Amino acid sequence: MKLLTHNMMRSHCKGAVNGFPLKLNFSQVNIKEIEFNPDFINRMLSRLEWSVLVDTATQLGVNEGLPEMLPENQEIDDEETLKKIHHVLLEVEVVEGELECPETGKKFPISKGIPDMRLNEDE
Amino acid sequence: MKRKQLESYLQDVDHFSDPKIELEQYPTDPHLAASVVYTAQSGYGDIEDKCVLDLGAGCGMLTIGSVLSGAACVVSVELDSSAIQDMRGNLAEFEIDNVEVIQGDVTRLPIRQGFKFDTVIMNPPFGTKNNSGIDMAFLEAAFGAIVPHGVVYSFHKTSTRDFIVKKFEDRGLRVTVLAEMKFKIPQMYKMHRKREVLVDVDFIRITGKLSDCGG
Repeated sequence: MKLLTHNMMRSHCKGAVNGFPLKLNFSQVNIKEIEFNPDFINRMLSRLEWSVLVDTATQLGVNEGLPEMLPENQEIDDEETLKKIHHVLLEVEVVEGELECPETGKKFPISKGIPDMRLNEDE
Repeated sequence: MKRKQLESYLQDVDHFSDPKIELEQYPTDPHLAASVVYTAQSGYGDIEDKCVLDLGAGCGMLTIGSVLSGAACVVSVELDSSAIQDMRGNLAEFEIDNVEVIQGDVTRLPIRQGFKFDTVIMNPPFGTKNNSGIDMAFLEAAFGAIVPHGVVYSFHKTSTRDFIVKKFEDRGLRVTVLAEMKFKIPQMYKMHRKREVLVDVDFIRITGKLSDCGG
């Protein structure tokens, strides 16, 4: 599960109004170089919950160089900064861990990089 | 990439190791998957550099087709654990590193409202196995997940065409039937007399009306 994915996911538990952001516990993280596409990163900026990305990156110790806030127009010209954002969004992967619904406490395992967001009928 | 080349790559996508009849699991035919993805990209530019969502991804045929056609990032949602393992195997085989797999229920999609995709591409269940209405549920999920000028590519029984066209055109969206085809749906259980059933299927593209002006 990359941080881009963590940023887009919510829990759908009954009774969870937002189910976002999911709390993260991790036991294995992998870093892998991924092809850099600056236009794509720029286009994604406005779709992200930026403060959640910063918090999660900080929790994982990969927030170095990540801006605390986005500019108003949610665009970044500086390629070095875009590369840092690319790294945080796409190159850091939680391989083993767990997500937790912030409202119900329901736990969702992450195994082999894949979060299991399934719910029982009553949940 | 040319359509034929795409198709020949997709021939190498492994099929379901443990297909489940109640989920209507069957692999999207590689020829069909290649045509779909090729049309979406060369006809409309809806795949290259885009953020793509594959709902009910199965073994990953449409996901892999999207990656090979230049998608920047693909998120693949799939419910079944064996299908997910099959998809993982296929992604590793193709050495693909820009696909994110989420195990989950498309009808309770674990994606927050504020995050939107450019394109949804899917081959949803048709609702033939005590799951009637699921085809519409997949379409609703798809529409909830795209940007305002986003686009959904999907397959639906021709018998539901009028219903779908009316439902979405009433919302100001445009529904285009790009092709009519026959799906061979394998029965997969010995108890059924016929080995395969032929179903009339539409390949459709649904989008906001403004999208066709090159926006």
